[in-house]
Amino acid sequence: MLGYVIRRILIMIPTLLAISVITFVIIQLPPGDYLTTLVNEMQSRGEGMDQGRLAMLRESYGLDRPMHEQYALWLAGMLRGDFGYSFEYNMPVSDVVGDRLWLTAIVSGATIVFIWVVSFPIGIYSATRQYSLGDYALTFLGFLGLATPSFLLALVMLYFANVWFGTSIGGLMDPRYLGQPWSWGKAMSVLEHLWIPVIVIGTAGTAAMIRRLRANLLDELHKPYVVTARAKGLPPGRALVKYPLRVALNPFVSDIGNLLPQIVSGAAVVSVVMSLPTTGPMLLQALRSQDMYLAGSFLMFLAVLTVIGVFLSDLALAALDPRIRLGGGASR
Amino acid sequence: MSRALLRVEDLKVDFHVPGGVVHAVRGVSFRVRAGSTVALVGESGSGKSVAAQSILRILPRNAAITGGRILFDDGTVNGGAVNDGALDIAGLKADGKAMQALRGGSISIIFQEPMTSLSPLHTVGDQVGEAVRLHQRVTARQARSLAEDMLRRVRFPDPKRALDTYPFELSGGLRQRAMIAMALVCRPALLIADEPTTALDVTIQAQILKLIKDLQTDLGMAVLLITHDLGVVANLAEEVVVMHRGRVLESGTREDIFADPRHPYLKALLRAVPRFHMAPGERLVPIRSISIGGASEGGSLLERDHEPWPPGADAAGPLLAVEGVRKRYGARRSGWFGARAGTGTLAVDDVSFAIARGECVGLVGESGCGKTTLSKILMRALTPDEGSVRFNDHGRIVDVLGLQGDALTAFRRKVQFVFQDPYGSLNPRMTVFDIVAEPLVIHGIGDEAERAARVKELMGLVGLDARHLRRYPHSFSGGQRQRIGIARALALGPELLLLDEPVSALDVSIQAQVLNLLKDLKERLGLTFLFVSHNLAVVDYMADRILVMCRGRIVESAPREALFRNPVHPYTRALLAAVPEPDPSHPLSLTDLEEGRASDPARWPAPFTIDEGHQPHLVDLGGGHCVRADASIRVREVA
Repeated sequence: MLGYVIRRILIMIPTLLAISVITFVIIQLPPGDYLTTLVNEMQSRGEGMDQGRLAMLRESYGLDRPMHEQYALWLAGMLRGDFGYSFEYNMPVSDVVGDRLWLTAIVSGATIVFIWVVSFPIGIYSATRQYSLGDYALTFLGFLGLATPSFLLALVMLYFANVWFGTSIGGLMDPRYLGQPWSWGKAMSVLEHLWIPVIVIGTAGTAAMIRRLRANLLDELHKPYVVTARAKGLPPGRALVKYPLRVALNPFVSDIGNLLPQIVSGAAVVSVVMSLPTTGPMLLQALRSQDMYLAGSFLMFLAVLTVIGVFLSDLALAALDPRIRLGGGASR
Repeated sequence: MSRALLRVEDLKVDFHVPGGVVHAVRGVSFRVRAGSTVALVGESGSGKSVAAQSILRILPRNAAITGGRILFDDGTVNGGAVNDGALDIAGLKADGKAMQALRGGSISIIFQEPMTSLSPLHTVGDQVGEAVRLHQRVTARQARSLAEDMLRRVRFPDPKRALDTYPFELSGGLRQRAMIAMALVCRPALLIADEPTTALDVTIQAQILKLIKDLQTDLGMAVLLITHDLGVVANLAEEVVVMHRGRVLESGTREDIFADPRHPYLKALLRAVPRFHMAPGERLVPIRSISIGGASEGGSLLERDHEPWPPGADAAGPLLAVEGVRKRYGARRSGWFGARAGTGTLAVDDVSFAIARGECVGLVGESGCGKTTLSKILMRALTPDEGSVRFNDHGRIVDVLGLQGDALTAFRRKVQFVFQDPYGSLNPRMTVFDIVAEPLVIHGIGDEAERAARVKELMGLVGLDARHLRRYPHSFSGGQRQRIGIARALALGPELLLLDEPVSALDVSIQAQVLNLLKDLKERLGLTFLFVSHNLAVVDYMADRILVMCRGRIVESAPREALFRNPVHPYTRALLAAVPEPDPSHPLSLTDLEEGRASDPARWPAPFTIDEGHQPHLVDLGGGHCVRADASIRVREVA
């Protein structure tokens, strides 16, 4: 088991390296760089920029060097914890991102918890009472959740939150806490604002998770070992929790790896609509203005999240399922 | 006469399916006396398992008991609806407290598939101990020691360690033992055994049957045995109840049923089972026989393009000659540095044999002995690590393993394969016409009209109605599907058919039908068979010569009569001894069964031992009878 963990961690290194290469290449793919975008912008405003200054800027940012050297510099910087310099904000990337990373983590974490707490009981109910009225009603709601565009839901929710609860529109906290150090009041304000984005972002995921859990559980409910458990005299409720539910958890757990990056990146549009101070809108802006180090750091952040998520779900699977832990497969 | 433990009276069970209501059990009555063994016999779909599930009230959700009573009286139950001292199970709530107390406590059940019937995620100790804790007030520690005690009783080699193993770490036989331990740990008065040995090898089956018999005496319980295997019935049951289409056709003591069957169905069933001591040339009589279509007008297309063998072509060599074939499956690679060289399982080791033209060679062995691997090597689905396979194509010797490109495609027409599972081997999205015509399309034979004519002829050949060509496989029964598989294999007019357990997934009555069909086709089309099976009686019925395989090696090969009359190798002897015969006058000698030793080459007595020090080869004893042993055997046999 220990060997397995170590091997998994070692495999993460080449994976992340490969991802960093691809990320870097993708950022460089559009023609031009940040400076050409800048020049275009200035020209459209009728301003000019002399070539000497441009060349100087290009040299100081290292944009005149060949691509592989730029990549090496970027990579070496990241290993030292220096994620580069954001052209647009004229600040180191780590300062620009700062709080946003934490707020993103809070929103994502809350969303995952929300998805599980809601979808688990509903999924079990739907599966054990297949084709009942309740199952149909919940299935209908689920499809509705899947089909509703989240930004639309966001607008609707914002409106009602304001009309009914008087919560200020947009953002993750009351405007007066913006830029303030963390305090009790600020934390409470965040909590007060959190539930809307969590519901908006989590709805689609919840609906999908309900369907998945229902399907998994339906597969397991008719397996012979469930009959065995009943034949032993186990009450139906306990039999359900101990046997089929436990097996149905497998796909659930292996999904964690996908869930993390999906929620972080998928929430970008919603975050723009609700002007949440999370990473999504910033990533979008950085990609548009070719602010390469900022964009690259974000993409790498997502990649690390994915890899770690998959790693964690693999570990959880191994802990949960002896067939994986003991490595053998069935031997007849 | 002892007390009736269980009385089933006029039981009726209906299934609600999308097409309407299916009456699975239509008024079944029988009884089980305390401590006795009753067998419920019938084909699949006869309602025998449904009847058993009704007793435990573990029917599927779409099934319901619509009539009759199930009276259970083990002398202790007196709660619930009292009915002259007995409890009417049919009147209880399926998931009520009373029923939960009965299930696993007074009545328990073991199933056919020990792998899927045990939870893969819980240890054996957990699952066995759970049964104790549900029915007795004991601590976890006491439950554990009771479980350990029970595992010892079902002869686990190391019961203490077994508590913490998972079912997938155990062999099939041990899994079934764990299942039995779980069922018996609360000392039930009645054990329902639903096809307890169908998924197991013969030697393991014999061990499990003996175990059930021993435990029955030890614990004084009654056994309700549900099976389709008349051999198992003849060995275990005292009374027999024969079921067909949800009704009881005949019941009586074992001796009466086997010696003097009354009902035509039962008579037919007994005639349909292949058994040893059959008269030479005697044919099985299938319950529903099929008529093979005659040649279509204008002569049979298959027979027309059957090239006659030039005289002297057979002198070039046997149809198929296999020399020193060896195949090792690699160890599972794990990660980047997990693979180790030299490990893995030797699936086929030093296998040499020949099949003459027109012969039917039987290949016998237990699961995992390498017989399927071998047959896949012969048809070039797998490549062996060593050895050669040569095929005699009308006097021209072909090196099968060296074939490439077009030559390989041409060879494919000579050798065809029939699979074990008639459900998995036919594509459910293709019509029967497309399935049977596909080989013709692949090999570019004929135009559309000719293909249609050929497919029709093939359908007639296997006794299927050509009007059903537009149907999909799901609308056919298992036996019909297997015949479709045979028609597909015959489409290219092969010389050699590799039959990999072609009847082991079929009911006995259907089995006889397919076996007879294969025999007739062989004669009519001049085919050669390699017949792979684990069922010795079936091989005895089909084969001219038999190869016995164990752990990837052929340990004995002999003409059929010689092998059955004078088996030399200890493994062959164990196999033969373990086959239960559908005849109470030939009971299994359950006492001298060696526990698992028969299939361990290192524990075979000299001169048969195979280990690091001894690597014996096949020795000819004369008359085509070969056995894998040290050369000294010949001297001994002659002396």
